[in-house]
Amino acid sequence: MSAPVAPRTLDELMAQALTMEREAVARYTELAEMMEVHNNLEVAELFRKMALYESHHVEQILADMGWAEDTLAPRVAGAWAGPESPESVPIDEMHYLMHPWHALQLALAAEQRAVQFFESLAASAQSDAIRRAAEEMRNEEIEHVQLVRNWLAKVPPPEPGWADDPDPPRYDN
Amino acid sequence: MSVTLAAPPAPTAADFKSDYKPIWCPGCGDYTVLGSVTKALAIIGRPSHEVAVVSGIGCSSRIPAYTSCYGFHGVHGRALAAGTGLKVARPELTVVVAGGDGDGYSIGGNHFLHACRRNVDLTYLVMDNHVYGMTKGQASPTTEPDWDNKLSPGGTGVRAFHPLVIALASGANFVARAFSGDPNGTAQIVAQAIRHPGFSFVEILSPCVTFRPEQRQWKELVHPAPVAETDDPARAARRIMSDDGFNIGVLYAGSRKPYARSSAATATLAQIEAEFAL
Repeated sequence: MSAPVAPRTLDELMAQALTMEREAVARYTELAEMMEVHNNLEVAELFRKMALYESHHVEQILADMGWAEDTLAPRVAGAWAGPESPESVPIDEMHYLMHPWHALQLALAAEQRAVQFFESLAASAQSDAIRRAAEEMRNEEIEHVQLVRNWLAKVPPPEPGWADDPDPPRYDN
Repeated sequence: MSVTLAAPPAPTAADFKSDYKPIWCPGCGDYTVLGSVTKALAIIGRPSHEVAVVSGIGCSSRIPAYTSCYGFHGVHGRALAAGTGLKVARPELTVVVAGGDGDGYSIGGNHFLHACRRNVDLTYLVMDNHVYGMTKGQASPTTEPDWDNKLSPGGTGVRAFHPLVIALASGANFVARAFSGDPNGTAQIVAQAIRHPGFSFVEILSPCVTFRPEQRQWKELVHPAPVAETDDPARAARRIMSDDGFNIGVLYAGSRKPYARSSAATATLAQIEAEFAL
């Protein structure tokens, strides 16, 4: 995985962060709706909580920068290595019978990618102000990682055969 | 006293989403395509009442209901016919036609050819997953000939349809390929397709994780097209014929004049409505 493009200014860094957090809110909301439609309400609620946490990050960035709520962050080409922002859970990881444990594993991976992202930006920062801001956001993502780990400690992993469906969608199952 | 009215705020992607929650399998690529379409419409910046989304039948054809635009969920394979009629009758609207590979290339295959040929100024998005998902996993026109499954043991043995080549040869003015796993890139391509005059065709690779779970690997296979877009159809044809099916980007952007109605309307909307009055 190649390193993200280093922001040249604090505004650029915060714009990248704002885009990432907004996309995380949108994706967690999307995943929650997906699970609600499939009546997997326990997992849906968990994704709603994650969306709420990420929305706090959005609010905090806007407040810190004195930006209006409808500020459109310009997309920075090469801001992250992959096509999606590091904190977004890939859609194709979803399963209609997934358990909260699976959802938390996906959230944990997303939060860990966010930590790595800000760590990488802090390492390549071109000024002290950018480095401090990147480190601050990395520390907040570390708190999220810990939060998800605490949840995971309370959630048992699913039994083998959790994906068995007596009426599967595929003929060949 | 003069009153100055503030300009309405520019629409955001959220403004183009309806209140209906999409009913697709969890993990389906169509979720992110929906997000890309709403982002593209926000980039275009027209209000939702100036946009119409028209579809046929299939999983991906549910998409009009999930947008706040005018929508028409039409007959199987006939989305392009309805979309063409709408655009010719109401040229001021932005018309986006959407559907899947079965709807567009099989049931609606002939409409696809002639929509490309007519070059009406609309955008056709095909969410291609190489399978009929809604009817439980039959081979579609773009399915690989050796795809072995219970419904076609050993594979169909039939060569896969090549939609981009067909579109180019039939006269489409804009040909691109996108990938649902790159929602922002797809949004940019869709916006460019909408802005480009004439018939714009975008094939969007959109995995069906239920019937083709191996398509999760597409994210490892896709790559940006190594060459810039061209307006030379011969060059574009050579590139598309020889590509690996995973080149993402705008492959052809031509300059053919879009179809325009040659005569003025001969009836008003009220007169037409009167014809249908019961």
